[in-house]
Amino acid sequence: MIVGGGGHGLGTAYYLAAEHGLTNIAVVEKGWIGGGNTGRNTTIIRSNYLFDESIAIYEHALKLWEGLSQALNYNVMYSPRGVMMLAHSVHDTQMLKRIMHADRANGVDNEWLTPEEAKAYCPPLEIGTHLRYPVLGATLQRRGGTARHDAVAWGYARAADALGVDILENCEVTGIRRGAGGAVEALETTRGLIRTPRVGVVAAGNSSVVMGLAGVRLPLESFPLQALVSEPVKPVFPCVVMSNAIHAYISQSDKGELVIGAGTDAYNSYTQRGALHVDLHTLEAICELFPAFRRLRMLRNWGGIVDVTVDRSPIVGKTPVPGLYLNCGWGTGGFKATPGSAHVFAWTMAKDEPHPYAAPFSLERFRDGAMIDEAAAAGVSH
Amino acid sequence: MLLIPCPYCGERPEIEFSYSGQAHLVRPPRPAELSDEAWSEYLYVRDNPRGRHAERWRHLRGCGRFFNAIRDTTTDRIAVTYRMGEPPP
Repeated sequence: MIVGGGGHGLGTAYYLAAEHGLTNIAVVEKGWIGGGNTGRNTTIIRSNYLFDESIAIYEHALKLWEGLSQALNYNVMYSPRGVMMLAHSVHDTQMLKRIMHADRANGVDNEWLTPEEAKAYCPPLEIGTHLRYPVLGATLQRRGGTARHDAVAWGYARAADALGVDILENCEVTGIRRGAGGAVEALETTRGLIRTPRVGVVAAGNSSVVMGLAGVRLPLESFPLQALVSEPVKPVFPCVVMSNAIHAYISQSDKGELVIGAGTDAYNSYTQRGALHVDLHTLEAICELFPAFRRLRMLRNWGGIVDVTVDRSPIVGKTPVPGLYLNCGWGTGGFKATPGSAHVFAWTMAKDEPHPYAAPFSLERFRDGAMIDEAAAAGVSH
Repeated sequence: MLLIPCPYCGERPEIEFSYSGQAHLVRPPRPAELSDEAWSEYLYVRDNPRGRHAERWRHLRGCGRFFNAIRDTTTDRIAVTYRMGEPPP
């Protein structure tokens, strides 16, 4: 059983069926598939992380993205249009160059652009020295880009369904039944009892709640993360631009909307909405960097609930409960990891041992102090 | 934006405050005597409930004082705020 019908959960079911020959699989989803963070993110894909462990798992995902439409026979519209990350200070420059070199040492593409080269790659970008936070340079991962988020859920769901996986929507887990030895025996749901020896929880922002049903407490906090889109315009923005320092994330969808990622609200919440001042903070940065967008109207904003660990790295692997597996903590950057996360989690569940790429992201790393501190590397949501 | 009733200053907009997460966490008096599990539980594991949440705020850009609040994480409504040292109502 997989709990959670987002991209990560549906993908796990697909890889269990496609690569491990397990077809007596069901996915339970309390709402509708792809209705959580899969349908609420800004669809950015990249693997330009700092630490070897992160680079390995995100690059695994990126390689799967490159062949995903073919594998699923469903166009997920993966578009490697390039992800540019801006440096606005000496510190930014040093940190982004450090990340770039770490990536290149791991065989992952990443390169340094001067402000003029950044402007040539992304013409709407303002590189004037009059800016309060001028652009001093940028890294560019050309294989990074975007994909169609809904298509990822639908593609995995259709491919899994064709292999015999059952997908149960409007089916909320209300209890995890455990036997005398503590192992998982069954899931109690709003649509009845489902007996199963193995459960994979892939519940994103609700992971603490679901795992609480089995008596497992997690090192997670859930926050609303907001995004917004502008009115649709003709193609004007050729790539993805991110600025961690002044907090702006922007790309353009195929529908023409500028897709803008804002920050998390300060407090724990499950409301799937947030306050407007968080969006305004990001829009101020967007208007500085891209003056041509100042008169664009914003069409709508929304929030998703992201489950955040203290080191901003995910938790993928086994739990203290026999038969219970956990894939969570992807925080503010889970979409890009979808195929890689699903692939290594399916491997972990099928073989009852952590996939080599998942092993560093164990729940035990908090006990052992073996953090993978991408939080310090990015300094903000990433 | 939340309107947060500071116990000292009354209702003020959220941007005057900073948030510090779960309230009433007590640092174990002798960390060296704890198991690794118990120490990491104190450092990293949080309730993260869907519903009533006791949490610590600071009126950073106002009086500067810390206080606690009870808020429902499914509505963001603050039921009550209370001073440091007081038990949760």
